[in-house]
Parts: sequence; C-alpha cells; structure tokens
Amino acid sequence: MKILVALKRVADPDNANKVKIPGSGDRVDTTGLEWKPNPFDEYALEAALRLTENGQQPKTRAGEVVVVTFGPKETETTLRAALATGADKAIRVDATDDQLDGDLVARALKTLVEREKPDLVVMGKQAVDGDSNQVGQILAELLDWPQATFAATIEEEAAGSVLVGREVDGGVAKLRVKLPAVVTVDLRIVAGASVYSTKTARTFKYNEGVRFAALPAIMAAKKKPLTEVKLAELAADTKLKVTYAKFQAPPARKAGIKVKDVAELVDKLQKEAKVL
Amino acid sequence: MSSELIFETAEHTALREQARRFARTHIRPHAHAWDEAEEFPRELYRAAGEAGILGTSYPEELGGSGGDVSHVHAISEELVLEGHSVGAVVGIGSHGIALPPIVRVGTDAQKRKYVPPVLRGEKIAALAITEPGGGSDVASLATRAERDGDHYVVTGSKMFITSGCRADFVTTAVRTGGPGHGGVSLLVIESDTPGFQVSKRLKKTGWRASDTAEITFDRCRVPVANLIGEENQGFVPIMMNFATERIFLAGQCVAIAELCYRESIAYARERKAFGKPLSGFQVTRHKLADMATEIAAARGLLEACIARHLRGDNVTNLAAKAKNCATDMLMFVADEAVQIHGGYGYMRETLVERLWRDARLYPIGGGTREIMNELISKTEGY
Repeated sequence: MKILVALKRVADPDNANKVKIPGSGDRVDTTGLEWKPNPFDEYALEAALRLTENGQQPKTRAGEVVVVTFGPKETETTLRAALATGADKAIRVDATDDQLDGDLVARALKTLVEREKPDLVVMGKQAVDGDSNQVGQILAELLDWPQATFAATIEEEAAGSVLVGREVDGGVAKLRVKLPAVVTVDLRIVAGASVYSTKTARTFKYNEGVRFAALPAIMAAKKKPLTEVKLAELAADTKLKVTYAKFQAPPARKAGIKVKDVAELVDKLQKEAKVL
Repeated sequence: MSSELIFETAEHTALREQARRFARTHIRPHAHAWDEAEEFPRELYRAAGEAGILGTSYPEELGGSGGDVSHVHAISEELVLEGHSVGAVVGIGSHGIALPPIVRVGTDAQKRKYVPPVLRGEKIAALAITEPGGGSDVASLATRAERDGDHYVVTGSKMFITSGCRADFVTTAVRTGGPGHGGVSLLVIESDTPGFQVSKRLKKTGWRASDTAEITFDRCRVPVANLIGEENQGFVPIMMNFATERIFLAGQCVAIAELCYRESIAYARERKAFGKPLSGFQVTRHKLADMATEIAAARGLLEACIARHLRGDNVTNLAAKAKNCATDMLMFVADEAVQIHGGYGYMRETLVERLWRDARLYPIGGGTREIMNELISKTEGY
C-alpha cells in the first residue's frame, strides 16, 4: 500500500499563553514560539506506518509512506523528523502560512495525489493552530474519492478497502471505504490496537502513542529523498478563498464569586447572568 | 534556550526533539508523584530502551544507537527540561556509568551478555565503587575478592549505589590484590548471586525518584569470567569512567539550572507584589540576569570540555573544572530560584523546591568538589 500523509508544522499549542495578537489584530504573532508537527498529523503518520509494515519487524518496510508539508525551508526539519520516524519519502511545497488556506492546500494536494498515485491519503482531523478541519474533506471532494473523517480505528481489508471506526454519540460508526480514499484521524488512532494491517498478526499490540526515532534512524533519514515543489506548479490559481478579517484574544476571565446557597445562585443566574 | 548551541548539529536538534516528546509523554505527568513515592516504574527503562534513548553512545552491534557523549548530553538535557524529574533521568541513566568499563575493557562474550539487555531496558545495571567506610579515596576500598578456583569470593559492602535496589547486575570495584590502586579489579556481580543483598534502601534529600542502595556481599561466589579487564588493573578504567561521568553530571547541572531559570522567569512574570509583577522590579531582573550569566558560563565550559573529549584530548583536568563550575553555578541558580518563588519555593509541590534538593547532590556525587580540586591541583602540577 502507498500512503500520502499531509503534515503541518504548527506553533506549539502547549505554549498557547505565549501567543500574541498585535494591536492591529491582523494576524497572530508567532515569533518566539516553538514549532512542532501538528499532533493529529503525527498520529496520521503513525497510522500510515502501521499500515505499511509488519508490527513485529518495523524496520522492514512493507509499503510506502510519502509525507508532504506546505511550508518554508525550515519545515524540512519537520519532514526529516517524519523520515526518521519511518516515512520513505518527503515533499515540501514551498509556501508560507499566510499564502495558504484550506481550499488552496486541498487543491494543491489534489495535483500531488495525481502525481504520486497513493492508495490512501491520511491526515490529522485538523491542525491545532487554525482548527479549520477542512482540508481532508475538500480534498476527497476534489478527487471524488470516498472519505472517512475523525477515524479512531483503521482496518485494512483484503478486498481493496479499509474499515474505519469513528466515535459518534452513543457508539462507534464503522465505515467501509473503497480505496483510494481520504481518511482523517483522531487521537485514538494511536492506541495499541487501533490500526490493523494485513501484514501484522491480529494479536500484536503497539505501544500507545507515536513511535520515537533513535539516532541511527535520524542519521538514515538524511539520505532519504526530500524534494521541493513550487506551489504554483500544483495549483494554477493561488488566490485565497478564505481571508481572516480580524484576530482577537479571548476575553480575560473575570474573578468568580462565592454564593452561600442554591437560592442565591439561582437568583444570580436569573438576574445577573440572565441565563435562566 | 538561554544560549545558542554552537557545538551541535541538525542530528542533535532532531534527537532533542525526540527526547522532549519522550519526556513529555513518559516522565512529566508523573514527575512529582515519583519523587514522593521515591521510585519510578521499572517500565520506564523498557520504554526508554525501545525509544533508543538508553542505547545512545553505544555501538549498534551491541544494540546501541551509536553517537557519542554529546548526543547523550543532548538527550539528558531535554529529558530534564521537559520531564521535570531529575531522579527518573539519573535512574534510567545509571547504565551510563555501569556499562562503559565493560564496553571499554570487557571481552566480547561479556559485552554480548551484559550490554544488549540493558540497552533494551530489560535489565538494570549499576556501578558500585563507594563503600560505607570511604568514597573519594578509591584506592583504599576494602571489599575483598579472594580467588577460589574459577570463582572469586566477594565480601564487603558498597554505599550510595544509584539504581542499586533494582539492579540485575552491578559493575563492582573490588580488592583482588594488595593495598593501594594496584590491587583493585572490576567484577560484574549479578544480583541473584547467593550472598548479594540490598542491605538498605537509602532515603535521600534529592534525586528521590531514583533508588539508592547499600549493598552487602557475603561470600558471593562470582565466576572469574565476570572479571572486567585484567586482574588488579581496575583503577584506570574506573578513572576513565569518571571523566565521562563528570561530563554527564555537569550536563545535568546545566539542564537543572536552565529549568530553574525558566520556572523563575515564568513565576516572576506572573506573581504580583506592590502592584506589579516581580519581573517589574530591578532586583528580580538582576537576579535573573545573574542566573542566566552563570548558566551561560557553565554551559560554555561544558561544551568546550565535550568538544575536547570528542577530539580525543585527555579531559581529566577540564572535566573536573567543568563539574565544579557547573555544581557551583547550580547551587547558586537553584537557591535564587527558590528565593524568587518565596514561600511557594519552600513548598513540596513547587518544582524549584525539588530541583533545589536535587542540586545538593552535585558537589558530592561523582567525586566531591574537594576531590575535583585535588585532581585539578595534581594535573596543573602545583
């Protein structure tokens, strides 16, 4: 199986308190923030690796994973890290975040998919910076491929399809999608038995989470292919459809008050908060 | 980072990123609880082994990840900075002083038997030099190993052994010959040997997540095949081991101090007094500036020492200087961090309180501050 994984570099969400919005409100100031791969995309990569190997022998590849990111030269660090983790090949589409929106990324990815011809595209359900949750769905529409979003489990099936489990209110919905397809993943995809590939024994359980790359893999990743593609090569029209009107920090929380009993609470909820 | 990493490459950066992720997922959530419990789960060794962390600086043919001291330092710094548990980091790192003598002077059979399971995190290795009767004076150690056929019969005891409570084997300095450093040998003693006993689980000021043991040997019969290097030639590998141990310890000092510094900046910005944040007072800013300066100096010396060591220079002298410089720096920085945190800095749930307790180990362990000065005096030739 050949899988394309779209990976975005985001400002570390754990440093959210360092995010600043300038007075003009026209952008989010990312200077001084630590960059890391979007966690959901890291989960997508882990899922893709599990689908293209025998879990007992992860060093021998049994399939191909191509990682792609849209970003400036520095994002090659993120791609090299993905290669160190096990991906076979990387593509960087040269662009900066302000030149992109979900629609344009999806259109460019469509051209890349037509070039690379993967059986499956896997990506995070959303990036934790913009939280747009758009690219996977738009891409499936553009390709006219089936899509399964927010995957918690993926099972490879013999008949050229995957069975995707999504957690919904009150249970789990299972979707059988014919390949080629687009799957976006949620965090449960990295649990020990969330991904089943026909190459791995049913009884095998992975360590929970995303695998780590040791020094030999980091060294080997330097020799794996990483190519650069210009955005204009992939999308003729690079105009943005989504524009941001204004950024605003959430209002600071006001200090709470203590009430002495339920009656006072109900009274305040009615008269002051006006929610009852 | 309070300073740029000029001695490091893109591989170090990638490795640091991996180590941060490991620390965030496997260490940080438990850092405080492990300190209180005075232990971390044995499973952490296996996880670190699987992530390739334990194998760093060991040859790939022994199950290692390759690399050198600089890679070990990069990983350990990130584990401390992001994991917040010095005890756990030094606990999973105890093989860093127990295995090198085996790798350096051991036979192929010894290497194959002892190194790979430790790097996989399946077995725990510890180093035992210090004794209840003396630590700094290595040449006077009293644990006897008498030859009896193809065994040594070992009797004596060892003190302050990091990871000693759970170690599967202990690289042990014993006396096989006459008095002085010419009578010292290194033996691998497995903990299931009859007569091997953890006589005491020691309670410490800091490094509490790691276990520390007093171990006694009561006529332990150890196969002669477990002799590391030549008989009575143990002193040199022990001393060679000390040089890298001191680099590791100085590296931990820099990491802990950096963490103290970061915590202090965050607290100074957030805590208000007299109507403004602590960082609004010159006295606080200058404290932070002094901390940053001391850290930068110790880091500079440490990195120079690592670079020289990797170039093949003898760094006995410089590693001793780097250790003293780093431990003095850490004592100062950790103390100032507690001071900036005020009453909260004296409370058990505050990170810098724990780091301050961890800090006190460093001028003592791996050769005291005074022994470092003796080494420096000797090598300077006064």
